[in-house]
Amino acid sequence: MADTMQFDLVSPERSLASLQVTAVQIPGADGDMTAMPMHAPTITTLRPGLLRVESPAGNSDYVVSGGFAEIGADGVSVLAEKAIPVTEMTREHLDELIEAARAAQAAAQETKEEHHSLVDDATKLLADMEALGEHINL
Amino acid sequence: MPNLKDLKNRIESVKSTRKITKAMQMVAAAKLRRAQESAEEARPYTKRFNAVMGGLAASVGSSASAPRLLRGTGSDQTHLLVVMTSERGLCGGFNSSIAKLARLKAQELKSAGKTVKILTVGKKGRDNLKRDLGDAYVGHVDLSEVKRVGYVNAQDIARDVLGRFDAGDFDVATIFFSEFVNVVTQIPTAQQIIPASFETAEGESDGAVYDYEPSEEAILADLLPRGVATQIFAALLENGASEQGARMSAMDNATRNAGDMIDQLTIKYNRTRQAAITNELIEIISGAEAL
Repeated sequence: MADTMQFDLVSPERSLASLQVTAVQIPGADGDMTAMPMHAPTITTLRPGLLRVESPAGNSDYVVSGGFAEIGADGVSVLAEKAIPVTEMTREHLDELIEAARAAQAAAQETKEEHHSLVDDATKLLADMEALGEHINL
Repeated sequence: MPNLKDLKNRIESVKSTRKITKAMQMVAAAKLRRAQESAEEARPYTKRFNAVMGGLAASVGSSASAPRLLRGTGSDQTHLLVVMTSERGLCGGFNSSIAKLARLKAQELKSAGKTVKILTVGKKGRDNLKRDLGDAYVGHVDLSEVKRVGYVNAQDIARDVLGRFDAGDFDVATIFFSEFVNVVTQIPTAQQIIPASFETAEGESDGAVYDYEPSEEAILADLLPRGVATQIFAALLENGASEQGARMSAMDNATRNAGDMIDQLTIKYNRTRQAAITNELIEIISGAEAL
């Protein structure tokens, strides 16, 4: 059994990582999941959260938001609308994200009275963002 | 006959024009490299995204439960044309060829009895289409303050378009942009984004049956709006590279033309000067002979 697999992390603007890994912890919309080699083919959407990559060369963490992960026979690719390595993550970055989430929530509340799901989504996003901040000690 | 002073001024002015166009050409070349790089870097995302979406769309198909963004509204009465052009001029036929394509499409739709609405991105296309289609304008996105087009810009445009779609303003949306082939070739392109169409990658052979988390429909509903943004982003990047490519070749031509003009003017200047000298000599000689 292969003990590593190909992992790609791409955002619309650039490709962030492409390497051999042993495991990837993905913040899926329905909960975190860890993909290891020979995982069943799965496609899941992402919630804003922390993506942990474990490779023989060491672990690395990324903050991802929006997008999906594709776990296939030949590896895992994560397509995230926003992806920032945790080492580059700063309080300002997080504040920006929280601010954006808050603005989205306000906009959703204002315009779409009847679309409760939108408001809920935005509220959830905001909560996710704040939890994320605590998680990485900022 | 123009006098020497005028010719000299003229040559000086063409020379400074040549300097400007030369500088613009070099700036465009540098910007083109950057634009190409970002287009290149965005390609893996778009490719993967479309592959996954293609698979999803094929499996959900056109069943009644499919999201409206995929299935369409069931009518094609109102069309939204998103015309993406540059904010600056002096780039050859770049803007006018996009505008021409959009104009043709609009006329075709109008003569078929459809309603046409136009959303412009970039000032130049807006000015270009104003006369014929100004009454069809529904909005404008200004990117003149944006130094480097980012995904956020595409998201803003996508949000605008999706908002209009949700409000029932149109049934079909098409984007117009210029596809970058190389520095001398840019192809104005029309691409339908709503209802979404994904060309299914021909290598859909691995036959892996995916588990979906949450359900296929939920994923599709989440990803389709992102797909619109992705397509717009890809188009914006292509457009950016095309604009710089077109500007580079236009400025190259202009520089060469200015060079030719300087040569011609210099010959004319030298001839005129020689004629004046000959004239003076004749006057002196004939004056001396008369004595």
